[in-house]
Amino acid sequence: MSPSVRVTLPPNLRAMARVHGEVLLEVPGEVTQRSVLDALEAEYPMLLGTIRDRRTARRRPFVRFFACQEDLSHDEPDAPLPARVVAGEEPFMVVGAMAGG
Amino acid sequence: MAGTRVLVGTRKGAFVLTSDERRTDWKVDGPHFPGWEIYHMKGSPLNPDRIYASQTSGWFGQVIQRSDDGGVTWETVDNDFGYDGVPGEHQWYDGSLRPWEFHRVWHLEPSLHDVDTVYAGVEDAALFKSTDGGTSWDELSGLRQHGTGPQWQPGAGGMCLHTILQHPTDPDTLYVAISAAGAFRTTDGGSTWQPINKGLRSSEIPDQDSEVGHCVHRIDMHPSNPDVLYMQKHWDVMRSDDAGDAWHEVSGNLPSDFGFPIAVHAHEPETVYVVPITSDSHHFPVDGKLRVYRSRTGGDSWEPLTEGLPQSHCYVNVLRDAMAVDQHESCGIYFGTSGGQVYSSNDSGDTWAPIVRDLPAVLSVEVQTLS
Repeated sequence: MSPSVRVTLPPNLRAMARVHGEVLLEVPGEVTQRSVLDALEAEYPMLLGTIRDRRTARRRPFVRFFACQEDLSHDEPDAPLPARVVAGEEPFMVVGAMAGG
Repeated sequence: MAGTRVLVGTRKGAFVLTSDERRTDWKVDGPHFPGWEIYHMKGSPLNPDRIYASQTSGWFGQVIQRSDDGGVTWETVDNDFGYDGVPGEHQWYDGSLRPWEFHRVWHLEPSLHDVDTVYAGVEDAALFKSTDGGTSWDELSGLRQHGTGPQWQPGAGGMCLHTILQHPTDPDTLYVAISAAGAFRTTDGGSTWQPINKGLRSSEIPDQDSEVGHCVHRIDMHPSNPDVLYMQKHWDVMRSDDAGDAWHEVSGNLPSDFGFPIAVHAHEPETVYVVPITSDSHHFPVDGKLRVYRSRTGGDSWEPLTEGLPQSHCYVNVLRDAMAVDQHESCGIYFGTSGGQVYSSNDSGDTWAPIVRDLPAVLSVEVQTLS
């Protein structure tokens, strides 16, 4: 069995999903932004539309994706995530962008 | 004894204020959804324990919350507000055309006639309807696809559909208002719409007789006389005696006829309340005095209501959805300010007192009278 993918959420979304700390997800198939977010939204449907647009599936403008000290926000949604994320050694981080002064 | 529940949406969360019929001692519950903008909350008139909230954020988008226990616990319902068909384009501030794009839900209006039906007014302006308690939404696209749609343009706050009024006995008749397109009426449940802006005068637009383009801020009616509509426009307080076919100005002796909210007394159809604001460039009360103005004559003649309200150095604003009336025998009036105060009057506006003083900026106030 493949290891769980670790996902961290910003506080507002943790409260909405009623979770504490990291979320552990079983992600079928290749581990990409899209497959991780698909699995996240399937497990926590209240997050639909809060990270990516319901219609276009594009990342919301003030949401960022980080992992392994890299900004993956502009990577293709179907690009493989880093091996350490796939192995469950590092979290895939969903972050609210600093904005608003 | 009957109860009172005030639903307050703020820039940083939702608050539920409860009291009995005396409305002197209040319990403050909140913030719910801390950190989120709560544009509007409103309860079903058929099941007061069912309350909807529009929760929105520049980071995380639109969420709709529903409570079925009077605001104690909440569950998310559907937030998929997809425009019907090809969205088309509307005017932008510079005169260019811009595609319709969903931003947020400004107003939620639970049906007077069916407990599972609720309407949502959104930015960019459109009207959505749910018949399953918010579990799914469909656009009533006859409004947006009205022939004037490409002429609509945003007001300073965005191109929002902010007012939804239902006829008290005819479920198929609705009134909506859009900044800055104007007011519209349907008599067939939302399939077709008619602009109802005749008589409005807006110096901000070149053609005073234009079918659309007027910046309507708020409309209200009394259910015993639904053909009489009262409007707070960008400038001017207006009245229609024929369900919006024609309007005439009733600003009378107001110190300023700019403002946002307008509300009608629960038991007196000709008693109306507004909060005059200095101007569209100032957005604070005239002379730094927070005064509600009341007309007992359906407009034209207005009296200031000041007792208990700050009468010096007060520079707050009161937004369009931030005033409401209860149904108690002695009618209560409520409004919230950009300074985070929620004021109430238990005597039709003669005297006022703050329920709370230091909430985040208030976006909306609704009240439920509980049996």
